[in-house]
Amino acid sequence: MRFKLEARPAPSRAMRYYSPLVAAALTVVVGFIVFTALGRNPLAAFHAFFVQPVSSLNGVAELLLKAAPLMMIAVGLAVGFRANVWNIGAEGQLVLGAVAGGGLALYFEGADTGWVLVAIVIAGALGGMAWAAIPAFLRNRFNASEILVSLMLTYVASLVLSYLVHGPWRDPQGFNFPQSKMFDEATLFPILIEQTRLNASFLIALAVVAVGWVFINRSFVGYQMRVSGLAEAAARYAGFSAKGTVWVGMLAGGAMAGIAGVGEVAGPIGQLTPSISPGYGFAAIIVAFVGRLNAVGIVLASVLMSLLYLGGESAQMQLNLPSAITGLFQGMLLFFLLGSDVFINYRLRWARPARVVLKEAAA
Amino acid sequence: MGKGATPRDASRTAGATESLLELRGITKAYPAVVANDGIDLEVAPGEIHAVLGENGAGKSTLMKIIYGVVKADAGEMRWKGEPVQVRNPAHARDLGIGMVFQHFSLFETLTVTQNVALALPGNPNLGELAKRIAEVSERYGLPVDPRRLVHSLSVGERQRVEIIRCLLQTPKLLIMDEPTSVLTPQAVQKLFETLRQLAAEGCAILYISHKLDEIKALCHSATVLRAGRVTGTCDPTRETPASMARLMIGKDLPHCEHPPADEGGEERLVIAGLSHASDDPFGVDLKDVHLTVHSGEIVGIAGVSGNGQQELLAALSGEERLAEKFPVQICGVEAGRFTPGRRRKLGLCFVPEERLGRGAVPEMSLAENALLTGHRRGMVQAGMVRFGQMREFADRCIREFQVKCGGTHAEAKSLSGGNLQKFIVGREMLQTPKLLVVSQPTWGVDVGAAAFIRQSLIDLRNAGAAILVVSEELDELFEICDRVAVIAKGRLSPAKRTKDTDVEEIGVWMSGLWPGAEGAVARPAGKEVALAVQT
Amino acid sequence: MDTLIAILIATVGAGTPLVFAALGELVVEKSGVLNLGVEGMMLVGAIAAFAATSATGNMWLGVAAGMVAGAGMALVFGVLALTLQANQVAAGLALTIFGVGLSAFVGKPYESVALQAPQVLHVPVLADLPVLGPILFSQQPLVYLSWVLFALVAWFLYKSRSGLVLRSVGESPTSANALGYPVIGIRYLATLFGGAMAGVGGAYLSIIYTPLWVEGMTAGRGWIALALVVFATWRPARVLIGAYLFGGVTITQFFAQGAGAAIASQLLSSLPYLATIVVLVLISRNPNLIRLNAPVSLGKSYHPGG
Repeated sequence: MRFKLEARPAPSRAMRYYSPLVAAALTVVVGFIVFTALGRNPLAAFHAFFVQPVSSLNGVAELLLKAAPLMMIAVGLAVGFRANVWNIGAEGQLVLGAVAGGGLALYFEGADTGWVLVAIVIAGALGGMAWAAIPAFLRNRFNASEILVSLMLTYVASLVLSYLVHGPWRDPQGFNFPQSKMFDEATLFPILIEQTRLNASFLIALAVVAVGWVFINRSFVGYQMRVSGLAEAAARYAGFSAKGTVWVGMLAGGAMAGIAGVGEVAGPIGQLTPSISPGYGFAAIIVAFVGRLNAVGIVLASVLMSLLYLGGESAQMQLNLPSAITGLFQGMLLFFLLGSDVFINYRLRWARPARVVLKEAAA
Repeated sequence: MGKGATPRDASRTAGATESLLELRGITKAYPAVVANDGIDLEVAPGEIHAVLGENGAGKSTLMKIIYGVVKADAGEMRWKGEPVQVRNPAHARDLGIGMVFQHFSLFETLTVTQNVALALPGNPNLGELAKRIAEVSERYGLPVDPRRLVHSLSVGERQRVEIIRCLLQTPKLLIMDEPTSVLTPQAVQKLFETLRQLAAEGCAILYISHKLDEIKALCHSATVLRAGRVTGTCDPTRETPASMARLMIGKDLPHCEHPPADEGGEERLVIAGLSHASDDPFGVDLKDVHLTVHSGEIVGIAGVSGNGQQELLAALSGEERLAEKFPVQICGVEAGRFTPGRRRKLGLCFVPEERLGRGAVPEMSLAENALLTGHRRGMVQAGMVRFGQMREFADRCIREFQVKCGGTHAEAKSLSGGNLQKFIVGREMLQTPKLLVVSQPTWGVDVGAAAFIRQSLIDLRNAGAAILVVSEELDELFEICDRVAVIAKGRLSPAKRTKDTDVEEIGVWMSGLWPGAEGAVARPAGKEVALAVQT
Repeated sequence: MDTLIAILIATVGAGTPLVFAALGELVVEKSGVLNLGVEGMMLVGAIAAFAATSATGNMWLGVAAGMVAGAGMALVFGVLALTLQANQVAAGLALTIFGVGLSAFVGKPYESVALQAPQVLHVPVLADLPVLGPILFSQQPLVYLSWVLFALVAWFLYKSRSGLVLRSVGESPTSANALGYPVIGIRYLATLFGGAMAGVGGAYLSIIYTPLWVEGMTAGRGWIALALVVFATWRPARVLIGAYLFGGVTITQFFAQGAGAAIASQLLSSLPYLATIVVLVLISRNPNLIRLNAPVSLGKSYHPGG
């Protein structure tokens, strides 16, 4: 008995919405199995992983705090992914944004006006854009794969950060630890909810999502990018600039990653250290896909991904499991999403239908 | 030009009465369409049997079923009297069935010998194989060098490789799917000689085509398909093209109203000494192309594919930017370095050869596809898309060009070839272009839509536009063009008035032999030409 | 001079994981499949090999475990990209992210375990040659195996019938299918082979090169292997050369740091990555080179028509 995949006459709209849900459900199911296999009570594990972290105000604030950079970066990446511009180096652009913004914050030590923060955010965006501009330029000019170049640059970026916090920017009063001075009050994001770490960068994230949605779905440039991603030859035929598409695609992700980087170091971390991101740049790629490259989906997916991060930390404390379990779940979620996405355009059929229903052939 | 004994005579003398291939009630349905509906077919050894039908009638699907690429949903197939289920192409080849596809299944970066080896079972010695290839090619008049890489061969030569590949397995039945679309008229005659030789040796031939004159000249018998069903069988020698057309489409072949052109319109397109090296290593360089197209006329460019049409069209549309601006002038402006967008602002519109993927985005709706080139008509304001205007324009295209579809929100890929082509042609024409360039306007399009498109082109010309048509179908060019030129190996012949020339002469020119061309020697029209120039 | 020989000896060792991973990916790409998950497959291979070796004490069992683990990961990719027709770029990225997470998770208990450093295998007679002796003939057994692999892959692709079929699938799956070849099946085999080789490359890193386990210890070598395949314009001999060039850059950087060079250690550490970028640019800038050598159907989904 064999089954085969048969192309649907039209893509299934229902599956478009259900597929991320199916993927999330499958991830949870496999999670159950994994917990059991590791000798943990699956229900207790489920509670520790998914429920416990958000059962207090502080927990919810942490959830949103982590979701903010994810949704910001994912929207920026989605602009590019829709155009087949694969910015995989968001992690490195995040670091460079943090370096640029953080450097400015250190420079403005002692300032006390609100405009400093605005300058820092802009610096972060520019820093991320500059790092993303390298693969964009190399692809446009030399046709070099932006996937590989942007990836290589993530390794270089973390080495740059390491150099700075071990060397010229190290806090002289820091007992030789590789870290910069703490940033002044004026150069930090204001806290939104008392007694939590949720700061104003969350509002920036929401604004980015809204602007991103309008850009992708309503603007003409967004249309051009979508055409480039769906049918390259049609974009050329229509005269849409392929090079412009690459620039917009890479710089959108770079700017967003840069601002997210600033959000981290001028937010919960408060200084520059060698490790400022638990892999947000890569997790954002998953968020972008699970969110179907569309703004609303991305918001939901970023909350889910944030929950996976918190769950991993909680699992480490409560179940004595390595926090690397987060990466495991993240990868699985993406796998299941890609798998269930198939059913948008194809459906499962058992071979050899017993009866053939004859209809009039379409002219 | 005799055809030799008919297969009935042959079988009477030999005493064999068995048919070679028999199909009964073959049915194949796809989710959106029934491709074959209860098809019956019978072929005897040594018989050249045509399968006639317009685009979309189900001919290709039927052949894929016979060759084992596709499995039928119902029906029976008998080979030499025994019922058989062809599991896959290798099985078909074992039975003695060979197929030359319309779209060649060749590997460009491999040699001819390697390509042939891949089609043969086991692991043949390449040296010996090359010798066998040379023998077969000699014997059947299909000259080709076994050592050459396929990407360096012309389309006609590639077809020879496909045929030789089949012949090396001594087939009893050879299926040819639309073989003449890639050949000049003279090469078509040579192919017919090869096929007649094969038939005389006892090989049956299934000849798929929609070209009525060819079928009449070559075939002993014909089965006519329409919309997946058999509408009749006939003997082409006793029919006229008109009667076969009636079987094929159910009514008479439509004709275009074609009043004579006014002479002396303004110059809308001037190609002045265009030379451009292709940056595709497998491409064709353009050499010193000259052409002028005036308002109120239709100029055609004939030529077998692979002679520079793609490169010329890309240079005209702006998809390929030239080194200088003067070689292409649109409405008097030197536009060689303009992007497609700027050229459209000058009044150029373009219908490309590939519908899905270039002329339209398959996964986008018709409305969004209208935006693709129509955005200059008020659909974009302050960088934002005006969806209302976009849908309205798409709606107009659908109505005025009779596009059968599910509405403006229907995805482009859900339309049949003919309807999508009408939509794209409509989209370009409704932008009231001063210059319209069209490539292969009716390729893969059903007869009704094809006639509609051709008439629309003529109407647009009457309204004063300048139109340039690039097509591989000579009949079509002679039907709608006022003047016609030929492109061969990157060079363009002078354009002649269609009423002053004929298919024969253009056929000769397609070998690169117009008066004044390099390497041309004055020969009387109609003589065979066999030169170093590729046919 | 002694330093130079020492550098060259170490270069061969440093290049070996790249040789395995890149040759494996070369075969995969020749069949038209782009598997970006090499980094993930190498890491999973590394931890599987480390765990197996630490449990049994047998290096070869470790290598075998690495192969199986890599192939297993590749199978998942195959199901996604070949059977379910998912976008190959996305599926490969998913594989990497999953592999990084899985290997970190499984590897936690092994983080402070040390393995016994395996012995170098001296080829009799040849190892006594001046200069070449120590560089080429006093290496780990896996190094010699990597050369055997190179010879096998080169023979397979250009001299064997199955290699011809594989190349034809990579060039035009529709034509290969029309001729009756099982395109999907062939691509699966190639993908599994690539995964196994990436697994061996990872195993080499965790058992031989530095016999310990650290999260993410491939440090981007999987991505460099992908870049190597492009740099080598899809030809095995150039893959070998490229792998050793990169090995050389990595080793030189270690020696320079060790020798107390005045350059910041981070700049030296970034050399392999910068070198990769430079190399990519140099090759990609000539589009003809790519067009003539890259498998035409690389990365495009193929759906066997019904």
